[in-house]
Amino acid sequence: MSLFTREMACQELVELVTAYFDGSLSRSDRRRFRTHISGCDGCTAYVEQMRLVIEASGRLTEEDIDPGARGELLEAFRDWKVEGSAG
Amino acid sequence: MTESHEQELVQRLRDGDEAAFAELIDTYGATMLRVAQMFVRDRATAEEVVQETWLAVLNGIDRFEGRSSLKTWLFRILTNRAKTRGQRDGRMVPFSSLAGAGEEGEPSVDPDRFLGPDSPHPGAWAAPPLAWPQERLLERETLGVIQMAIDELPEAQRDVIRLRDVEGWTPMEVADALEITDGNQRVLLHRARSKVRAALEVYLSSEGAPQAKPRSNPISGGAR
Repeated sequence: MSLFTREMACQELVELVTAYFDGSLSRSDRRRFRTHISGCDGCTAYVEQMRLVIEASGRLTEEDIDPGARGELLEAFRDWKVEGSAG
Repeated sequence: MTESHEQELVQRLRDGDEAAFAELIDTYGATMLRVAQMFVRDRATAEEVVQETWLAVLNGIDRFEGRSSLKTWLFRILTNRAKTRGQRDGRMVPFSSLAGAGEEGEPSVDPDRFLGPDSPHPGAWAAPPLAWPQERLLERETLGVIQMAIDELPEAQRDVIRLRDVEGWTPMEVADALEITDGNQRVLLHRARSKVRAALEVYLSSEGAPQAKPRSNPISGGAR
């Protein structure tokens, strides 16, 4: 069996999902990945779940900046502006 | 933030428009604090670094040529300052050395879920994942599970998944800010995502099922 046509096992595929998404797999690995997915329900579900994890993570709301710190920064901005126009 | 909107903000900042500055603070302030904390010892120091960075941004805005995005420029100033400060204060572990720790050979999925080497299909799913009920994914409670899973990750993995998936940074932005290689950030991200997926799988498959019976603890159960 040639190295290049070797089938990808499910256990191997689950390690490559992020590289696949990032487009950093070699061309032959990408082909093996896609070939495998097209015939494997388990891995299709797995890849879909990884996509959902990414999508849901993007919906987590960042904490807002502390109002006190925000006020200080805006004050610093006003100082900066005054200095700028004075200089 | 689109490129044209960024350019507009830069111009308004140069003109001394406070609302433009406020918008930048609201967009990046919380993330900046988080990134600064990756390099320095405590929150107070991180807050100082963020303050200094904003001043440096204001003082340098006239020289900003737009060769990188405003965001990249801003975070480069931030991480440079945070690193210098972290080294000065003797924070023991630089991020790059944290990045590889304990990652080797950590499988993405429990090996027990695959067929063993003696089976006709070694490495094929023995217990494949089941499709998730999509409508539940965006529920507040589900997002809470994801948040908790992220919070419990090892530091380097947690930092990378926050930047890549929560903040939506590109691989290059993350590698640049944390001074790790592209491959390194991807390994960390993959570990992180795999663990979050596993946590979510547990949550989504147990929820809605009949209440699990309290399992007797095999250790304390041995005491008679």
